[in-house]
Amino acid sequence: MIPELGHYALILALGLALIQAVLPLAGSYTGNRAWMHTARPLAWGQFIFSAIAFALLLLAFLTDDFSVVYVASNSNTLMPTIYKVSAVWGAHEGSLLLWAAFLAGWGAAVASLSRNLPLPIVARVLAVMGMVGIGFLLFMLLTSNPFERIFPPPLEGRDLNPLLQDPGLAIHPPLLYMGYVGFSVAFAFAIAALLGGKLDAAWARWSRPWTTTAWIFLTLGIALGSWWAYYELGWGGWWFWDPVENASLMPWLAGTALMHSLAVTEKRGAFKSWTVLLAITAFSLSLLGTFLVRSGVLTSVHAFATDPARGTFILIFLCIVIGGSLALYAWRAPAVSGGGRFELLSRESFLLANNLLLTLLTALVLLGTLAPLIYEAMAWGKISVGFPWFNTMFVAVTPFLAFLMGIGPLTRWKQDEPMRLARELRLPFIVTGAASLLTVILMPLITLDWYLVPLGIGLAVWLLTSHLQAIRERLRHKSRPGAILTDLASNGRSFYGMILAHLGVAMFVVGITLVSNYGQEKDVRMSPGGVQEVAGYRFLFHGVTTQRGPNYMAARGHFQIFDGQRPIAELWPEKRSYFASQKPMTEASIDWGLTRDLYVSLGEPLEDGDWALRLYYKPYVRWIWLGALLMALGGLLAITDRRYRLARGLGRARTGVADNAAVARS
Amino acid sequence: MGKTLKFLIPLALFAGLVALLFFGLGTDPRKVPSPLVGKPAPTFSLPALGDPGRTVSNADLLGQVSLVNVWASWCYSCRAEHAQLMRLARELKEVQILGLNWKDTEADAKQMLRASGDPYRVSAFDPDNRAGIHWGVYGAPETFLVDSEGRICYKKIGPVEPGTWETELAPTIDLTTKKCKESRS
Repeated sequence: MIPELGHYALILALGLALIQAVLPLAGSYTGNRAWMHTARPLAWGQFIFSAIAFALLLLAFLTDDFSVVYVASNSNTLMPTIYKVSAVWGAHEGSLLLWAAFLAGWGAAVASLSRNLPLPIVARVLAVMGMVGIGFLLFMLLTSNPFERIFPPPLEGRDLNPLLQDPGLAIHPPLLYMGYVGFSVAFAFAIAALLGGKLDAAWARWSRPWTTTAWIFLTLGIALGSWWAYYELGWGGWWFWDPVENASLMPWLAGTALMHSLAVTEKRGAFKSWTVLLAITAFSLSLLGTFLVRSGVLTSVHAFATDPARGTFILIFLCIVIGGSLALYAWRAPAVSGGGRFELLSRESFLLANNLLLTLLTALVLLGTLAPLIYEAMAWGKISVGFPWFNTMFVAVTPFLAFLMGIGPLTRWKQDEPMRLARELRLPFIVTGAASLLTVILMPLITLDWYLVPLGIGLAVWLLTSHLQAIRERLRHKSRPGAILTDLASNGRSFYGMILAHLGVAMFVVGITLVSNYGQEKDVRMSPGGVQEVAGYRFLFHGVTTQRGPNYMAARGHFQIFDGQRPIAELWPEKRSYFASQKPMTEASIDWGLTRDLYVSLGEPLEDGDWALRLYYKPYVRWIWLGALLMALGGLLAITDRRYRLARGLGRARTGVADNAAVARS
Repeated sequence: MGKTLKFLIPLALFAGLVALLFFGLGTDPRKVPSPLVGKPAPTFSLPALGDPGRTVSNADLLGQVSLVNVWASWCYSCRAEHAQLMRLARELKEVQILGLNWKDTEADAKQMLRASGDPYRVSAFDPDNRAGIHWGVYGAPETFLVDSEGRICYKKIGPVEPGTWETELAPTIDLTTKKCKESRS
């Protein structure tokens, strides 16, 4: 009975989404305020019923209801409770339900936090979100019903993919989806603006906190996924340029461009049509990612079970949503483009360059991801674009991005003096040069790519010093010692958020540079009692014992690590064999630190108790994820800026007038 | 007019993307009909990995059934399939496994075999894709099943997984006559 209730709740959510997509929109054109007022309760209704469906699926997992096909295929009575919870989104159908529930959740959030917005805008934004909701709910009900029953029910479930039985992966998809789906709000605002024909600073100001919030989730989700791959896959890598990873990176890059472009549109009224295009692009890439993962078009380590019917559905859905919005863009954008003028040397120019570079990176990722498909379509044969290509492209483009990123925040809007800017940049430039030079002198010069280390360190120092300079410049006329705190408390949060996020990038660059140039790995064969040395650390292998876990058997290795004579860590890497799926899984064991990780993973058992092992020394690898965390914190700081709250108060006073004006225009 | 056209560019790009994705829906990226299946294996002659004095060539394929596995130490999926190859090397006495070490460096390749075991009777060393290009290698790993007369019975793209031998490779060969089954070629 319970699964049927879940199914029923989904159908009700679809019904509400249908009304939400039509009625408020019609109201916004006819000026019918009653119709427009239905948008908020409908968005809430859609959310409540999606949440009920989600809760009922969760209940089916917790009660081991194997009469539900989805539960039987992805759960098992032996599984720990936390994985029964995360198994809800561990495969295609459930993750789609999570998507739809989050989408409805963002809709409900817009409905609650939009009191200051003109009613027609709210009506249109929520109508667009309703349309997107229809697509996902229909997709689920027509091709991927998570509540489908099986008779007779199996006695035991098939277990969740062991790769996914990990705390990191339990929360990685929800964060990622919150990010993906969050861009639907920016998208809906953009479409609503195109429909209304009004793109102004107010529109940009409303979109900004939503965009940044989605971006924070996406940043955290990607970082968590990368961290998970690092410790779970056992190869010590943190990014594989896999199609699914790329699918999350593309919206992130486009979303990052969008955040910066929105800043220009809000402050200077420029880049309007470009900002709208980015808002459409960021969400379109989220949808495209969903398509690539679930259609079977590309192979990937984390591809979901593929089904051509699903692929066809999503492709048609993509055509309607993306094609429709781009057509609307082609039709309405020429009328709204234009805006604030600016000189060549101005912050606008630097932000434009940032946007172009980020767009270029997005295009490169898209191209690399689709290359196998392009090759096949053109009958050029098969190709797999791997690591080297992506790495070369990113190493070629991102230094320019980081370089400009140091100058942008010091530049004035509209027009700047070359001499003034040069004065500001003099000190950061000298320090950076000195730091790079010092790196060259200090480093053990061995590799072919020797210049990458001083380049990476130099760029990080550049970002650090230029942003410190930007803070100094901002506080120039406030000499009191606590100035930065009062500034934070008043209206400086978005500024300091930007600084924090950019310093996160600097940290990220340091991590990547050091780990990829000075990381060491050793594939070795070891006997119990044997010792191996990696980067000056001695790894003593005590042998492997067998252990039983809740739903697996594990071979568990024991290592002691010495720095000189001093024991510094004990590591317990495992190789698990899960009962239900018989899949082997490696669980690496890591001694982590701010400046280095020591990493051991078990390979294959060889004869005489010997094991094939992988030992890694990963200097500064944590900085990669800490950098991402700092970026997310920066975003968080920025959205708490007083300006957005102030705008809310001002907006409320203006609402009545704006309402009438907007209605009259449309 | 020119100004309006500019705003149509995104839509046009998207139309191209849709055409591509629509094409992609109809194909299975894991299945590639190799034009080589049923044909004699392309001629090749390469030094053996770790023993430059020795040559690996088509002569090594004659007389018994071979699995020719294209691998590289940098390739993630190759490491994943390594355990399966080790198992096949132990269990399949009537089949020899030959390696084609592809676009790799000798040191890395040897290191990987030392650490994880060596399932290959011998590995041909092909750092510059000399033989790979004639064999139509698109990416590692790939595995060719070759009969005792040096004819290719089957080409597997992607890692060898548990069951790959039993369900995909074995049905294409007659192990008593050591020849490809004609119906498949």
